[in-house]
Amino acid sequence: MSPPSANQPAVVDPSSAGGGALARRDDRWQIRVRGLHKSFPPQHVLRGLDLDIERGRTNIIIGGSGQGKSVLMKHLMGLLKPDAGEIWVDGVNVVPFGDQEMAKLRRKYGMVFQYAALFDSMNVVENIAFPLLERYHLPKSEVMDRVRDLLKRLDLENVGGIEQKFPPELSGGQRKRVGLARALIDRPEILLYDEPTTGLDPVATKNVDEMIQRTAHEFGVTSVVISHDMASTFRIGDRISMLAGGKIIVSGTPEEVLQSQLPPLREFVEMSGLVAPGAGSGAQA
Amino acid sequence: MTAPSSVDGAPGDTAETRPTIAASLIEAALAPIRSVLTYAGDRTLLLSGAMAGLFRKPFRLRLFLEQMDFVGVGSLPIICLVGLFSGAVSAQQAIAALRIFNQERFVGATVGISLAQELAPVFTALMITARAGSGMATELGSMRITEQIDALTTFAVDPIQYLVTPRIVATILMMPVMTMVFNIVGLLGAYGYSIYFEHIDLGQFLEQFTYWTDPKDYIIGATKAAVFGVTLSVAACYQGFHVRGGAKEVGLATTRAVVAGSVSVLVSDYFLIDIFHILWPYQP
Repeated sequence: MSPPSANQPAVVDPSSAGGGALARRDDRWQIRVRGLHKSFPPQHVLRGLDLDIERGRTNIIIGGSGQGKSVLMKHLMGLLKPDAGEIWVDGVNVVPFGDQEMAKLRRKYGMVFQYAALFDSMNVVENIAFPLLERYHLPKSEVMDRVRDLLKRLDLENVGGIEQKFPPELSGGQRKRVGLARALIDRPEILLYDEPTTGLDPVATKNVDEMIQRTAHEFGVTSVVISHDMASTFRIGDRISMLAGGKIIVSGTPEEVLQSQLPPLREFVEMSGLVAPGAGSGAQA
Repeated sequence: MTAPSSVDGAPGDTAETRPTIAASLIEAALAPIRSVLTYAGDRTLLLSGAMAGLFRKPFRLRLFLEQMDFVGVGSLPIICLVGLFSGAVSAQQAIAALRIFNQERFVGATVGISLAQELAPVFTALMITARAGSGMATELGSMRITEQIDALTTFAVDPIQYLVTPRIVATILMMPVMTMVFNIVGLLGAYGYSIYFEHIDLGQFLEQFTYWTDPKDYIIGATKAAVFGVTLSVAACYQGFHVRGGAKEVGLATTRAVVAGSVSVLVSDYFLIDIFHILWPYQP
């Protein structure tokens, strides 16, 4: 099996999974997943999934409900162990990692959960500072400086009394931003977003999209966004992959993906209203 | 009409099917044993993980103090209320029984011993299960379904050490303390009822109490309380920590935590009594 080329075709060929070639740092691909299987009996959720995540870009993984997007995300984060398959991060297969190695690896990651997953028992400052306080013995003034810097950069400093507010007192959009600030505080290389626009109104959705784009540019992180919001996907995605039937069936730039005639993707795109049903390829609405 | 082939050994009863039926029967027979072992094993693993976390850095004293406050200080009003009336009811029942033999003066001793060895640890454990155990299961369950526990893991924090260890340790430490509070308030209830409603002689009440009760009774009660602390907190934390689904499952987990905690207290009480009778035979 040969490794995927730099000019990967829009439709992923599962046979392109490569062994030895993956075991080195690649300037283009930060994460490479090969042959990932995961079952929650009786369901076989991931069925030999292959995926490449491009360094420094916004990578979107789309798919219908129950297709295993969140399961895939948890594998990328090391929260779940696969039944079979490999996950290469910067040229290292992390699947055999033990708890301690995995804990070190997770410092590369920041994760923004679907509903932010802020700690209810902590206020905004405590939530954002949590990763730093747990990992390092930093002076309180330095921690507070970094928290306030993030509040400012994420447009939260003007929300009255935000620092002392508790999660239930925040709006959906504010929670996402605080969740993002918490994910960013330890300066991760890779940011994972699990359905970041779920449950938000169109204005808040647009704000979150802008926040993701701005974060990617300002902080220079690799973004992986799990989504089923097609409008958001095509607005912010540099690279789009579609998960269906436990596999990535399409992967490429937004233009390449729109060109694809694969039935599951066409149906997904048409149902989202991005193109008119039955319209030709690339007929963006 | 012919009998089913699988019964009479007719042609359908092949060599391949017979072991399957036998295996199914063995499987069915072993299922309850496997369930019991799985139940005990899962909880033992959680407990051992939590205890291992106690001796591993970082030590988060604040979390332990918060849980001790929740389990202990937060339960104080309900423990005092139940203790007061339990003591009074015990005295009422003891006096009614002792009156048959015209020996009401022994009420202080009777209530003192039964509170110290049995009523205080068991009632305290049931109260803590209902109040703190249900709270633990609900809080951990809510944290699980809102992905807060996953978030902890992403920050390289061991969720068992962070969430379960303080809860179990705080419950083990606070149970004997709360049991002693129950004892004191229960005795006050017994004293008040005996002296003011039944006009038992105060001197006799105190004399019989101090003569018959022994530090051993309180040591047994406190030890039982600590063991109950283990069983009820492990039951609560296990249910909350392993919730899958949504709000409904959190509610069900809370119910299971209270039921499992209460049952485990009463079952372990029986065995603890046996153990203490062997270790410390009753000598009048």
